[in-house]
Amino acid sequence: MTGSATRVYALHLAVIVALFVIQFALPAYHYGNVTRIMLYAVFAIGYNILLGYTGLLSLGHALFFAAGAYGAGLTAHWWGFGPIAALSAGIGAALLVSLITGAIVYRTTGVAFLIVTLMLAQAAFLSTLYFNTITLGDQGIVLSLPPIALFGASLPLADPMVKYNVALVAFALALLLSLWLLRSPFGRVLIAVRENEARTRLLGYNTALYRFTALVISGTLSGLSGALYCLLFGYVGSSFASLQYSTLPLLWTLLGGSGVTLGPPLGAAITHYLIDISSSLTSSYMILVGVALVAITLWFPQGLAGWFRRWKRA
Amino acid sequence: MTLLQTRNLTRHYGGVRAVNDVSFALERGEIRGVIGPNGAGKTTLVGMICGRVLPSAGSVQFDGADITRMQPWNRVARGIVYTFQITSVFKRLTCRDNVALAAQRHLTRTRGHRFALPQAMLDAAVDAALAAVGLTVEAERIAGELPYGHQRLLEIAMGLALKPSLLILDEPTQGLAPGDIVPFCDLIRKTAESTTILFIEHNLKVVLELADKVTVMDRGAILAEGTPAEIEQHPAVQQAYLGD
Repeated sequence: MTGSATRVYALHLAVIVALFVIQFALPAYHYGNVTRIMLYAVFAIGYNILLGYTGLLSLGHALFFAAGAYGAGLTAHWWGFGPIAALSAGIGAALLVSLITGAIVYRTTGVAFLIVTLMLAQAAFLSTLYFNTITLGDQGIVLSLPPIALFGASLPLADPMVKYNVALVAFALALLLSLWLLRSPFGRVLIAVRENEARTRLLGYNTALYRFTALVISGTLSGLSGALYCLLFGYVGSSFASLQYSTLPLLWTLLGGSGVTLGPPLGAAITHYLIDISSSLTSSYMILVGVALVAITLWFPQGLAGWFRRWKRA
Repeated sequence: MTLLQTRNLTRHYGGVRAVNDVSFALERGEIRGVIGPNGAGKTTLVGMICGRVLPSAGSVQFDGADITRMQPWNRVARGIVYTFQITSVFKRLTCRDNVALAAQRHLTRTRGHRFALPQAMLDAAVDAALAAVGLTVEAERIAGELPYGHQRLLEIAMGLALKPSLLILDEPTQGLAPGDIVPFCDLIRKTAESTTILFIEHNLKVVLELADKVTVMDRGAILAEGTPAEIEQHPAVQQAYLGD
């Protein structure tokens, strides 16, 4: 774990630099796609802290994504918050929802955890429909935000370059944070919880507290993704809280490789293009996505990044 | 000076009294062996000491404090460390990471540094624990690939890295090759210089050689207690172990 630290950080930094550089070469269409993928990647990284490292399978992460999105969208729409204030409100909302959710689910693991998270997320989804005077339901809220004022510069959110680089900064921060976290003593305990919780407890760790903390970090990162998604694309609606946004991060993580920091972002990218390409071929594109998922779980159970890592070692 | 004292400790499972009204004291610095047939309640007794099992009645005092209902991780903080009967290392992690989990627990508690423990400090603690059990060369190996005897040693290294004041070993020599037993006893003796040891053991020879004092349990109760010489002569022990 020690000797390879420099190499691991170098690899992650290289990915970030590469994403910065390719923006000058990408055609407009892919430019927008990569922007979205980087935001999804933040969500995926957040999800992976829970599934990949702590071993908790959540089926309710739409809750945190939507908390971030609504936290930002509602304050911008109703109270006129600017982009930075709305982003902070989104992160704050996600943090709060994570803390409450954590307090409810922290005694559960395994199937019970899966069911409770699913239930809470569905309750939140239905609430966004029920309180449609505030949320405008599934029609959603379209935002028109003022530009970001930063160091005297004015950055309009409609500018694709602003979108791309804001997403890149968020992605870089999330990636490096998760990498640092998981290589810290704290991260080692999360892995121990995943591997053998009973043993970890008898090594002197309050494992429920570690699971709780992992959930809060995971939920807040997911909320950051949701808040930015809402602000950069100027929209938030009930669909952000729907089951789809709970299953997508699971799909990304399994596809890319759980427990590998770069796996879920890779999974997010592949899924995005898979849906993109298959939807241009057929309207029932989810069939192709499904086939791809089955194939990957059959032949690459470690995910693509996991497979690559193994292949490189062999 | 008494380190550990149980009073009328009882645990029943349904109608079965696994441990029944056990009052038992452990002196600081001693090596105590616990013997008894299967089902005598040995593992349940130490389970109540380390917090894996909660008692139905009675109390446990450790180092002057009542720990009867304390959470297991807080007991570790107070110095009670348990190693499992069935080897329970993290099989997919390296030996170094296994020991680091224990070492960082002790270091973060005594020195802070929850998120950024200095690597050199951690490495030094891990190396020392691995060296103590003779596993230095295996440090980077995946724990699950080690032979069974070495996995047991790794368990001990994890225990040592927690700097226990009471180290509980549940059948430590079980599954060890006969040739590994003598070095293992040496290791325990060396460990006992800095900690109190309570161990459950089926191998009577090991118990008599290693323990300062032996507790004999049967059907949830203490049958006899004394020095190895006294215990060897005890009629009940003779009957149980020598088939008289």
